[in-house]
Amino acid sequence: MDRRHFIKNTTLASGALLVPAFLKPLEALASSQLSGYKNLVIIQLSGGNDGLNTIVPFGNDIYYQKRNTIAVKQPDVIKLNDIQGLNPGLSALKEIYDQGWMSIINSVGYPNPDRSHFRSMDIWQTGSDANQFLTTGWIGRYLDANCQTFKPYTAIEVDDTLSLAMKGAKMKGIAVQDPYKLYQTTREPFFKDLVHDHGDANLSEDNLGYLYKTMIETYSSADYIQNTSKTYTVNASYPATPLGNQLKTVSKFINSGLQTRVYYVSLSGFDTHVNQQNQQDRQLKIYGDAVAAFIKDLKQSGKLDDTLIMTFSEFGRRVEQNASNGTDHGTANNILIYGGKLTRAGIYNDAPDLAQLDNGDLKYQIDFRDVYATLLDKWLNVNNSQILTKNFAGLNFV
Amino acid sequence: MRFDDIKAYENVSLKHSVQNLLSNTSPNEPLNKIQENTDYNAVLKGDVLTRKMFLKQQRQEEKDLNIAWINKMIYTDAILQEKMTLFWHNHFACRARDAAFAQQLNNIHRANALGNFRTMLFEVAESPAMLQFLNNQQNQKNHPNENFAREVMELFTIGRGNYTETDVKESARAFTGYGFNKGGEFVVRKFLHDDGQKAFLGKTGNFTGEDIMNMLCEKKETAHFICNKLYKYLVNETPDPDHVKAMADVFYKADYEIKPLLGYVFTSDWFYSDKNTGNLIKSPVEFLVGLSRQFYITYDRPDVLLQFQKVLGQVLFYPPNVAGWPGGRNWIDSSSLMYRMKIPSTLLNGGLIDFAGKADPEDEAYIATVRNQQQFVNTRVQAIADWDKFLSVVPKNTPNTEFAQFLLEPKLNNIILNKVNGATDTKAMAIELVSTPEYQLC
Repeated sequence: MDRRHFIKNTTLASGALLVPAFLKPLEALASSQLSGYKNLVIIQLSGGNDGLNTIVPFGNDIYYQKRNTIAVKQPDVIKLNDIQGLNPGLSALKEIYDQGWMSIINSVGYPNPDRSHFRSMDIWQTGSDANQFLTTGWIGRYLDANCQTFKPYTAIEVDDTLSLAMKGAKMKGIAVQDPYKLYQTTREPFFKDLVHDHGDANLSEDNLGYLYKTMIETYSSADYIQNTSKTYTVNASYPATPLGNQLKTVSKFINSGLQTRVYYVSLSGFDTHVNQQNQQDRQLKIYGDAVAAFIKDLKQSGKLDDTLIMTFSEFGRRVEQNASNGTDHGTANNILIYGGKLTRAGIYNDAPDLAQLDNGDLKYQIDFRDVYATLLDKWLNVNNSQILTKNFAGLNFV
Repeated sequence: MRFDDIKAYENVSLKHSVQNLLSNTSPNEPLNKIQENTDYNAVLKGDVLTRKMFLKQQRQEEKDLNIAWINKMIYTDAILQEKMTLFWHNHFACRARDAAFAQQLNNIHRANALGNFRTMLFEVAESPAMLQFLNNQQNQKNHPNENFAREVMELFTIGRGNYTETDVKESARAFTGYGFNKGGEFVVRKFLHDDGQKAFLGKTGNFTGEDIMNMLCEKKETAHFICNKLYKYLVNETPDPDHVKAMADVFYKADYEIKPLLGYVFTSDWFYSDKNTGNLIKSPVEFLVGLSRQFYITYDRPDVLLQFQKVLGQVLFYPPNVAGWPGGRNWIDSSSLMYRMKIPSTLLNGGLIDFAGKADPEDEAYIATVRNQQQFVNTRVQAIADWDKFLSVVPKNTPNTEFAQFLLEPKLNNIILNKVNGATDTKAMAIELVSTPEYQLC
């Protein structure tokens, strides 16, 4: 449709003040459609979390040799088996682990690892190879693959801005820090006028049409998210941290029956080049306390079996500490998975090999896209080769 | 464009206007915000306090540099030069860890923005920022690092599909030993340079890096690759193959002089066709600069410009990777569009900013050292628009529809026409007009 047609059509539409179908309330949806709805929650730790001080290889002497001032001391480690244990900051997760709701995947990475934050984060968020530049995120492409039925709120990032991971070519997720605030913003009179007068579902294919379509979808998504989520009040208590609040919001979304498949949150502050211990312990405690509260809350409300949580960081850190009591950028790292229906809880594979290093860095044993493939194939029910650059075999944790 | 710009060109023919645009504006001076580069060895050897101080200083320098450039875009008259500098900034996309290096590369782009592409390519290839970013410091005889050579072909010159993996390997050898010294000066470290025979693009010889770049420029594919990208930047995101081919002919014939190419584009009929008017999505920087210029906005707290860049997804000097910002519809998602529609009233009406935006991954080291991670909370924008000036340059008795059509590139639809026809307050009308989806297009 060309621009003149578009204007003519919208003129007609505005005369009749048609409300497009997707602006109608969604109460019509049968509640049976909502049950058994599986959610994936992704928690990104930004800055390159030091995996070796998170899941501590206390049973390996090399760990203590290479980190003489910043290693977690044996008595402080919360032991999980003979080799690995939790950083004391993660004490709240011990109970989760013991319940069989946590799986630790060691040595996850990719070939020719990049040690720059932004590039490696790019690689993790797009699922690209190290020498490939993709402009869409892996969750975004999941939305694209189902863009006929999905809505922007199929993937929600609880944040002010939307990460590349959530952007597809045809469809993008939506960033919602506070559903009420988003709703209010979209209901300002001028905005409302623009949306309503343009109430034509068949907007043109050009960029102006795309802008109007995005605006209208934001308007209706804001309405849907606010009016659905306000029906549920989270009673469980969460730590009063930004991450705690974000996960509390996710809990509200999940428990109110929002038709969202993927949630995305992130926690910053892991780039610990200097005086690592205090900083990382502080961040890990924020992380562990919030995640434990979230999981217990979901268990309570009966949603834990329908939820899978994945935590990743763009890279781990070098095995040996640096001269400033910190660690520099490294390569392979662990991925933490949580859920009520794990087929393999506990420590999924061997602890990282600290003896066979690649120029001082851990060698990866599992490609991160095998983790993604598992989530896509077995949890989101879409063939991973449709989303990733090629078919990955996947793992067996769920 | 502003009303006073229009006035200046009112009675001038298109050809003359373009000539004026290309020749008459006095070129902008280089940025000189950052005085010296950092001694990384001192930092690495230094104690905890030194490293903390360094992170703080680095952050400050990046901020200063960013604002220095965006101020140039807003407050100087060399609009085309700065617009093209932004194009080359994205073409030779680079993240430099040293602000002095970043500034120098930016000045290369500015100095050659309307000059010669080949000259610019050579200067970029000798810049410490790019040599470091693409690991050419590590590109040594017997241990080649192919990153630099690969990107020179894939992203800077002929583009994918026009070279082989062997070409990458061989040209990497030609760039061995090319690096920079402590002072940031380009040096060819002879003992690390492989001066043996190389086979490249069907020719054989003891090629140097310069030979490789000259051979790449001899290929017309390079002119075509650049023109295709420029077409997407200036004309339409969906290139018309005939137009691009014609552009490449002009560019190649002019031996990569940029002015003749731009002159050709700006005097072509198709540049002004309906299809190519008001259909490009402004980048966040174009959006912010345009708004600030049009309303003569001054910022008491220029940091907000950085904050806006963050939430809108384009921070100068921080392209996502060596391929640059993908642009187009990638700029727009629910939240970025909401911010774009909200920012004008925030700026023009003295509102509050109540969003934080995400930290860039590169900021993480700094964030890890500060306890208070809530960096931006409800801050007053403290921006002042010069409404008197804005209103004074609008010619008397300008009909509202003409006024609206001036602010918005796309043809006005009925909703907007209805709104402006009933409007009595020009100020309120202007704010509404720049808060529309239409204003996102140019």
